[in-house]
Amino acid sequence: MLGRLLRWESVLIVLCVAVFVAGSASDGFAEQGNISFLLLDYSEVALLAFALLPIVLTGEIDLSVASTLGFCSALTGTLWDAGMSFETIVPIVILAGILLGAVNAVLVVLFGLPSLAVTIGTLGLYRGLAYVLLGDRAVTGFPENYRPLATDAIPGTFLPYATILVLVVGALIAVLVHVTTIGRSLYAIGLGAQTARFSGIRVNRIKFSLYLLSGGLAAIASLIYTLRYNSARADNANGMELVAVAAVLLGGVSIFGGRGTVLGVATALLAMAGLRNVLFLDDVSNEIQNVITGLLLILSVLVPVVFKPRRTKDVPLEPSVVDTERRTGADTGSRLRRDHQGV
Amino acid sequence: MTASVPPLLELRDVHKSFAAVHALRGVSLELHAGEVHGLAGENGAGKSTVVRVIGGEHRPDAGEVLVDGQPVHFSGPRDAQQAGIAVIHQEPTQFPDLTVAENVFMGRQPLRSFRRIDRATMNERAAALFDSLGVPIEPGRITRGLSIADQQIIEIGKALSAEARIIVMDEPTAALSTVEAERLFRVAKRLAESGAALLFISHRLEEMYEICQRVTVLRDGSLVTSASMADLTRDDLVRSMVGRSVEQLYPSRDADAGDEALVVSGLRRTGVFADVSFSVRRGEIVGLAGLVGSGRSEVARAIFGVDALDAGTVTVSGRRLPLGDPRAAIEAGVAMVPEDRREQGLILDLSIERNATLPRLGAVSRWGLVRRSRERDMAARWADRLGVKRGRLADPVATLSGGNQQKVVLGKWLATEPAVLIVDEPTRGIDIGAKVEVHALLSELAASGIAVLMISSELSEVLGMADRVLVMHEGRLTAELSKEEATEEKVLQAATGGAQ
Amino acid sequence: MIKPSARESAFAGRELGIVVALVAVVVAATVAQPTFLSGQGIHDLFLNASIIGLLAIGQALLVITRNIDLSVGSVMGLSAYLSGQLFLVDKDLPVIVVVLAGTALGAACGAINGALVAIAKVPALVVTLGTLYVFRGIDYAWASGTNTTQINAYQMPQGFLSLGSGSLLWIPNLTLIMLVVLAITAYGLHNFRAGRELYAIGSNPDAARLAGIPTGRRVFGAFVISGALVGLGGVMHAAYFGTINASVGNGRELAVVAAVVVGGVAIFGGSGTVLGAALGALLLTTITSALPILGVPAFWQRAVDGAALLVAISLDRAFMVRLAERLRAERAVRRAG
Repeated sequence: MLGRLLRWESVLIVLCVAVFVAGSASDGFAEQGNISFLLLDYSEVALLAFALLPIVLTGEIDLSVASTLGFCSALTGTLWDAGMSFETIVPIVILAGILLGAVNAVLVVLFGLPSLAVTIGTLGLYRGLAYVLLGDRAVTGFPENYRPLATDAIPGTFLPYATILVLVVGALIAVLVHVTTIGRSLYAIGLGAQTARFSGIRVNRIKFSLYLLSGGLAAIASLIYTLRYNSARADNANGMELVAVAAVLLGGVSIFGGRGTVLGVATALLAMAGLRNVLFLDDVSNEIQNVITGLLLILSVLVPVVFKPRRTKDVPLEPSVVDTERRTGADTGSRLRRDHQGV
Repeated sequence: MTASVPPLLELRDVHKSFAAVHALRGVSLELHAGEVHGLAGENGAGKSTVVRVIGGEHRPDAGEVLVDGQPVHFSGPRDAQQAGIAVIHQEPTQFPDLTVAENVFMGRQPLRSFRRIDRATMNERAAALFDSLGVPIEPGRITRGLSIADQQIIEIGKALSAEARIIVMDEPTAALSTVEAERLFRVAKRLAESGAALLFISHRLEEMYEICQRVTVLRDGSLVTSASMADLTRDDLVRSMVGRSVEQLYPSRDADAGDEALVVSGLRRTGVFADVSFSVRRGEIVGLAGLVGSGRSEVARAIFGVDALDAGTVTVSGRRLPLGDPRAAIEAGVAMVPEDRREQGLILDLSIERNATLPRLGAVSRWGLVRRSRERDMAARWADRLGVKRGRLADPVATLSGGNQQKVVLGKWLATEPAVLIVDEPTRGIDIGAKVEVHALLSELAASGIAVLMISSELSEVLGMADRVLVMHEGRLTAELSKEEATEEKVLQAATGGAQ
Repeated sequence: MIKPSARESAFAGRELGIVVALVAVVVAATVAQPTFLSGQGIHDLFLNASIIGLLAIGQALLVITRNIDLSVGSVMGLSAYLSGQLFLVDKDLPVIVVVLAGTALGAACGAINGALVAIAKVPALVVTLGTLYVFRGIDYAWASGTNTTQINAYQMPQGFLSLGSGSLLWIPNLTLIMLVVLAITAYGLHNFRAGRELYAIGSNPDAARLAGIPTGRRVFGAFVISGALVGLGGVMHAAYFGTINASVGNGRELAVVAAVVVGGVAIFGGSGTVLGAALGALLLTTITSALPILGVPAFWQRAVDGAALLVAISLDRAFMVRLAERLRAERAVRRAG
């Protein structure tokens, strides 16, 4: 498994390098200001992608992340408009994001509903609630002392402050997923949720927390977004969930769960950010960029078909006797695998 | 009397290997029309492989499969179906959301004008089929929720509607009550009378005597004997299956039981089991026997916390166990080797070492961060202690044979240093050699003071290993027998709900 | 005579339940504003529901096989845009040609989705997420490429527009089209082997393969048909609204999936009817229309689709849990007796 994974990460790194090499041919790419812009442009996507990674590892999904971002942004705007101080707004918004994550968690983990359907529903519901809060208007005029945190780089370097936050979050997620016992549990849940449960892993508790984490990270992303654009609108980050999912899948994370690395996702993000920037500099329209993102997403799942991991043929056993009761009970396996088999 | 007509199905000197395991060594078998042929053997003898070869799932490495005297090469189950072979699996593959009649006729529904499905005819034909089998099932009802017994009848109906002439029944009575089993035997007899050839697989001897005319016995992948039932005594049959005296198979033990390590009282899960109370002492092996569906695994899972309990208490080493929490059970010293090795005991895609340390992630880490060296050490220690034949510890556990996989599962749970060990079907699907090792291990563990609760559907295993035998039937405990009291007849009677 | 099974009457129950909910909403709205139930009111209600209903019927075909198509909004947009473009090029083009062209375009998009899912065995969720992007991008690129970011109603031939807004015997044309499609698909699903095989594939994919069902071909076919219906829906949209820009259909996938789920098509596949999906679409559009009348600000509309989906799957789950409990209780009684 390690061998196959490193193969895909290597491909990604090559892709990344290629993008940047090609990029430097474009006018203005290699300038410090542009690199900052490139990194900033994907800060929110990166946070969402890092939030999604653990969830997808367990075989679930969360399509509501961008709508949570939108709602939190709308909430920020509403509270700011009402005169609340920004310092008070920040923890409230983060709490709101966690609460939205909790709704997903309750529906998926406690009610046992399929995460795909649930998060399609909350995707709509949260975005809708954002509109209920703000309607069509935009709130601007956010504090001058905080905005540079979201827009500027460390003086004299190309490294934006926001990117530092992204790197810190990425590092923490990397530690969580690759080094901690919880991380081991994630892979176990993704590859064999039933066995994980039988082995004493607290599957429900872990999944629940991951959705809370996702909501919280989406809220933090919303703060960066709102400050960076100096605008709180209900349609902020509309559609961003797809870019985040694309980054996760392109990064080599299996949609069925149990496989993937933070390095892969980070590299994919970097490659996508670079690509977007190059296209932007070459005056390629936003729409073409979307086409490319879509193609990358499809490509990213054709990959496992091509790089199929070779599993030694199992020794077939005496068939295990099945109990109808268990068959009709709640399935503890990967929801995604069961929901959308394809063929 | 030589038959001039070739057998409907014949296996000639069939060999089949999977990786390191030689599952079938030169097995030959003949199925004649109008005959019910039994295939007997213990777990791991190769019966399953024979079924899969006949059913088209596997191709023999050597030897031939002949239908009506002509050699055939099946590239998949569909080829076998088209050749007139139907396999009734233990887990019927049906469409729960569709009606019974649709399940029977899927893909072959009778048509009327313009190729539209003729529902009326379909339902009538299904009803007629079930009539001919003597089993009333409503063709128009949705399949979801039907008992396994009824699902089997539907499978048989499917086979008949596809005009199968060779019908393989794979351990069909494992999940049936006596009444349902009787019904199945009547059906089987009717099928044979109408000219089909039946292959009936079981490891229950009485059934063989009831409906089979001939029997083939496998042991360790080889053919031991193939004879008419009339010519074989029960002793002959058992000896051919087992191959060694019962004493050799099961280690002798001095039951030196200590205090009660596990006490369960009044356990109930509505519709599954009720009124279950028993105890297991240190140093004791308590066997829990019964038919599949009697609720034994469910009780075990409820004790361990994977399933919910509606009522009752569990006490481990004198302390009440919080229910519904496997983690708490593990920490209290309970370990469970589950029934389904591949779906509940192991994560096949994961490495041996990660599987072996899964319940003890805390022990191989410091401050929540996993130390790979500790992980590797723990896994290596247990793999060596149990004699797991393997490549590298980092290889996926799927590369191991069934017996070695079971050892990994055992090692994984022994690493938690349990006071109570529950094993559910400890030797299912593993070869004889590994079986002996597992039995010896269980005996050793009991001797070292662990309380062992062993669930098994293999009567000889229960009788050979247990110090005390509990029997369940339809969710209730129907008997508690000491080692001396426990005989095959008594256990079977209690397991099938007969009068005590 | 074969009695209808318990589950079958439960199904009639689902459709009945939707109708009951529909009646409730209509009654509430009519009380608040009596013109809601006027001839014009009902007319508009059905008109609004027709396009989404058409999309929901196609989506139901896919969900029954345990798949999903999130690109419906983008495909609809492309098809609508194609219609507009064709008329810009030649205002005298026969309407039927444009209808066929849009439908064909939808079918082609469906074929792309279907090929990726059936041949490359890529999960439908991911494929259609990707094609949602790709198709929308092509739509935009086309629009900016031909410098027609918006096509206006006055540029459309009258015949086309009257198709959209006209009616036959008081039934809106678009509703008629949807009803015809509904009848055909319902009939097909119920009476032909291929239709039943779609249910089988969703109910138990492994068993379906074992039974010899050509699952790849069937799923591909379902995607093509669904795509064609989406394409048709796009043309209908163009006919109805007249004004087309590249953001037509943006975000419609949520409404379509919600309609299907509310309509009783289980997200796990294997059950549900296209009638239910169409009724679900009708119910949701009615709720959306009723909201402003009931004093709920228009901005709640978006939230409604999401909330309806969540409520529907929660109720379905509750029903299944209750059913399982009842089965267990019955078994307890049987064993005790």
